Amino acid sequence: MVTHQGHKHSSKFLAEVIANTPGGERMVHCLQCGSCGGSCPSGADMQYTPRALFAMINADRRDEVLSANTMWSCVSCYFCTTRCPQKVPITEIMYTLKRLAIRDGMAKGEDAPALAKTFTDLVEKYGRAYEVGIALFYLGLKKPMSALRAGPMGVSMFLRGRMAILPQKIRQVEQLQAIIKKAREIGGAA
Amino acid sequence: MKYAYYPGCSLEKNSAAYDVSVRAVADVLGIQLVEIDDWNCCGATEFFSQDELVACSVVARNLALVEPQLNQVVAPCAACYLNLKKVDQLMVEHPRMNAHINEALAAGGLKYQAGRVRVRHLLDVIVADIGEAAVRDKVVRPLSGLRVAPYYGCQWVRPMDGVDNPEYPMKMDELFKWLGAEVVDYPVKAHCCGGHMTQISEPQAFELIRRLLQNAVDYEADLILCMCPMCQLNMDGYQNRVNHFFGLNFNVPIVFFTQMLGVAFGLDFSKLGFGKELVAAKPVIQAKLGAA
Amino acid sequence: MAERVGVYVCHCGSNIAGMVDVEEVARWAGANLKDVVVARDYKFMCSSLGQAMIEEDIKKEKLTRVVVGACSPHLHEKTFRRACQNAGMNPYLCQMTNLREHVSWVSVDRKLATEKAKALVSASVERVKRQAPLEPMYVKVNPATLVIGGGIAGLQATLELADAGYHVYLVEREPSIGGHMAQFDKTFPTLDCSACILTPKMSEVGQHENVTLLTYAEVEEVSGSVGNFKVKIRKKARSVIYQKCTGCGICSEKCPRKVVDDVFEAGMGTRKAIYTPFPQAVPRVPVIDRASCIWFERQKCGACKKLCPTDAIDFDQQDEVIEVEVGNIIAATGWKMFDCKRIPQYGYGRLANVYTSLEFERLCNAAGPTGGKIVLRDGKTEPKEVAIIHCVGSRDVKYNEHCSAICCMAALKFGHLVLEKTQAKVYSFYIDMRTNQKGYEEFYQRLLEEGMVFVRGKVAEVTDAARKPSEQGKLIVQFEDTLLGKQQRIPVDMVILMGALEPQADAKEFGLKLGISCSMAGWYTERHPKLDPVATMTDGVFVAGACQGAKDIPASVAQGAAAAARVQGMITKGKVMIEPIVASIDEESCSGCRICNTMCPYNAIEFDPEKEVSRVITALCKGCGTCVASCPAGVITGAHFNNDQIFAEIEGILWDAAASPHGNGSAAAKPQPTAASL
Repeated sequence: MVTHQGHKHSSKFLAEVIANTPGGERMVHCLQCGSCGGSCPSGADMQYTPRALFAMINADRRDEVLSANTMWSCVSCYFCTTRCPQKVPITEIMYTLKRLAIRDGMAKGEDAPALAKTFTDLVEKYGRAYEVGIALFYLGLKKPMSALRAGPMGVSMFLRGRMAILPQKIRQVEQLQAIIKKAREIGGAA
Repeated sequence: MKYAYYPGCSLEKNSAAYDVSVRAVADVLGIQLVEIDDWNCCGATEFFSQDELVACSVVARNLALVEPQLNQVVAPCAACYLNLKKVDQLMVEHPRMNAHINEALAAGGLKYQAGRVRVRHLLDVIVADIGEAAVRDKVVRPLSGLRVAPYYGCQWVRPMDGVDNPEYPMKMDELFKWLGAEVVDYPVKAHCCGGHMTQISEPQAFELIRRLLQNAVDYEADLILCMCPMCQLNMDGYQNRVNHFFGLNFNVPIVFFTQMLGVAFGLDFSKLGFGKELVAAKPVIQAKLGAA
Repeated sequence: MAERVGVYVCHCGSNIAGMVDVEEVARWAGANLKDVVVARDYKFMCSSLGQAMIEEDIKKEKLTRVVVGACSPHLHEKTFRRACQNAGMNPYLCQMTNLREHVSWVSVDRKLATEKAKALVSASVERVKRQAPLEPMYVKVNPATLVIGGGIAGLQATLELADAGYHVYLVEREPSIGGHMAQFDKTFPTLDCSACILTPKMSEVGQHENVTLLTYAEVEEVSGSVGNFKVKIRKKARSVIYQKCTGCGICSEKCPRKVVDDVFEAGMGTRKAIYTPFPQAVPRVPVIDRASCIWFERQKCGACKKLCPTDAIDFDQQDEVIEVEVGNIIAATGWKMFDCKRIPQYGYGRLANVYTSLEFERLCNAAGPTGGKIVLRDGKTEPKEVAIIHCVGSRDVKYNEHCSAICCMAALKFGHLVLEKTQAKVYSFYIDMRTNQKGYEEFYQRLLEEGMVFVRGKVAEVTDAARKPSEQGKLIVQFEDTLLGKQQRIPVDMVILMGALEPQADAKEFGLKLGISCSMAGWYTERHPKLDPVATMTDGVFVAGACQGAKDIPASVAQGAAAAARVQGMITKGKVMIEPIVASIDEESCSGCRICNTMCPYNAIEFDPEKEVSRVITALCKGCGTCVASCPAGVITGAHFNNDQIFAEIEGILWDAAASPHGNGSAAAKPQPTAASL
């Protein structure tokens, strides 16, 4: 038995997910009704629906859950969260699973972590998002075919003044970096 | 009325049309927007996938930079809106997170008092704070005859409570009725545009975009109104790619709601960022409303 | 002379002993508390052996006071008082202290729980020593009964009592009795015709010599207490003279104003401005709905008045408030349907062919707006595919946490009716099938055989937004088939939402009038969920049917009969004991300021204008203590709760903090009551 805030969980992994998600204790109320899996815009592409994933978390099948593609298909539309009859913060749990999967190196074969890393590295460097940078460092390296197909669109965007070649940089980027550094030191659990 | 303004990265370049039209209609309505000095990217969903505390701290820096005499911030981008609001609420509800985020902010010489700044979307400000009478008062070119599909997307209506119905929002519908437009009862108005999936799984993203475009065509909308740069980019920027992918030929203009608000207020098209969209909007609008 | 106190600590199986060291509590009490001459623990103190032990001790040890540390006095105070009485002790010299609800069930630390139990026992010992013997009082029970609500539960209760020879006032807020059951076509699981089994009961009630039927009426005010309630009832103006009307129906027939009937027809059909809700209505006397009548709009028309053969129409009729006296009250106020518009993703109110379960009841009712034909809103097209969605607003913490108890069976009934009357394919979307009463599981099996399709999954949304040509023009139901783990979409023509059963909107407010409480959700609270399901915490007020919690017809009928049986017990006994825990005013010291007169919530204090003092009417006093606290001179005493007893209790609870809790006469620091400042 693993205890979290006075609750007993037979699944260690369930306790871990709850401990890492604000409001995660609602997970114990899941009725397995499937309104999350039914609502999800990516539902058809998921290896396991969120509901199935929760059953697996309950059954302590940590490796299978963290190597699933479910959370990487999540588009953060929050339909599952607002529709869940038990107020389980499902989208936030997807974020938790992504974080645990990246941390434990279980997200192999997924493109989303690379996109996230490229995006945030650029923000950390300049303070602002940098689309051309993402195209170069993520699409260019990771998905050259996509980059190629996206080429004409990029050109159209550029011609309409919708793409900046050079990154925008904030003045106090050192301040932002200091904040990020400190946050990393503290460690990011709920 | 004075509000802090957080444009967000998209509005700098790829959705500059949104930024100019936001500023233009705000001007007409007497909404004073004070841009947060030296704001940074909200991180979209990408920091949250990696480190929650870093994600929150990056967002919180912007809240901390809101001028002390202002207690509301307007964010036109739904993703920025959600991040700002979510982090503020998290800090209010979870004292430990609050302490950690402020510890991180302190490393940059900043602090933020949870709950100090109320996060607003411009649509809500216009409908709730400005109101019907004042908006109608400014309409010089009613949008009668134009069939608009109001598209809200996800992150303004969900998961935060209380601003509009999370399943079937109505605020933009209302606003455009005031402007005289024919508002389509657009059933997918709060469905997902695919978000960052265009970068990860094109087939998946394109199908989501296709549904939105198909539905607008089924309901005979002249154009789709957006309130988020990501939604606009996905439906407009990728429309051609979606056509190629499925062998279809959609030609649905996707514009920001502020652009059409500006048109109704009689502002010049050139001052509202028209022409930056990949699927041209002006011909359709002019055909329906008569040359401006 | 010192009192001789016995202390008895109950294990309650493991209920108390699991968290409290009961042996230690008893040992400690015996060793440390002054005047305690015997202290014991026992497995089940409420058992006959436990009671016998107390009785024996009273006799052998010459006990003068008894303290029982066990469960809530709500459960067993009577038991232990009786035991004491059997042994010759005045029952009010026995004090219970609650070591279960107040200690073991709400504690997580055994050591601390044990300490708390000791403190509570100490408090009771100090208090009981200062208690005085009291003599219970008896009042006669008025044999008449008030039944509120003319649905099936109220009808059953009314008939049981009336048939037993007792008078019943039956109050119903709608123009006819019958309730929701009158709206249904068939009843599960036997599929007998709802009207065929209901209407005989309705007409029996309507004609019964022992029943005063008050329809189109509402209870306004209840005063008095068990045995002798006074009830004010507002009879809303019918605009029809009851005694003159023969129920011929010409008025309704000729009335030119047709309006949508949102109540009986659930919005599916129309009625006239002067109407009886349905043909078998009881009474057959119609009412004029003044909000839609042309006469009340602009003093024109008057067709009903002109054509009434007995001159029964009275446009000037006023509401009338009558007062009746009864000994007992049965609340059978029923339920209301969840507003399905609150779940926009199911499209109710926006998508025409999405129905609520009540609408569908009318749709398939032979006496309903389509004559029982199951067709779409266009009035002619038979659906080819029908989806039934369970748990709409039930089992959902955003709306109602509870299971509505009837929807699974009603969905099976609907499935059967659709399969019987049409060629359509029927899907049921459920989370868990709940068919746990007699004959219910068999009915489920029957529908499996009949070919109803069962899909395990709560529906995510119902939409008209087609994704492919096969979905065009259809309602698309999107869900996860949780048994396959796959998201699916099924195009259908008709969707039925099994909306939750909710407490009446005014249940809480109405409960206050009756002096009974509600759960957080608004269901009336029974005295004990298992052992006293129709009584309430207020003597003489009973509950029956769905006002106490979502339930089906058999359960409602059982409760109606049970409540009637309880009332008959009261009537047969003829008198009822009133707790002698009442206030008294020291007339010598009363200044006659009359503050207590207005503060008393039970109007139990009268003013004597000659002596210029206030006096408590003992029969009406409930012992609430409001007057005691409000008296500026501090001259009102609440029996069994006087200052001496309360302060002793406080000192007892602080046994380890107070310097000398058992000090004899040295209580110099004893707090004095301050006169309440107003």
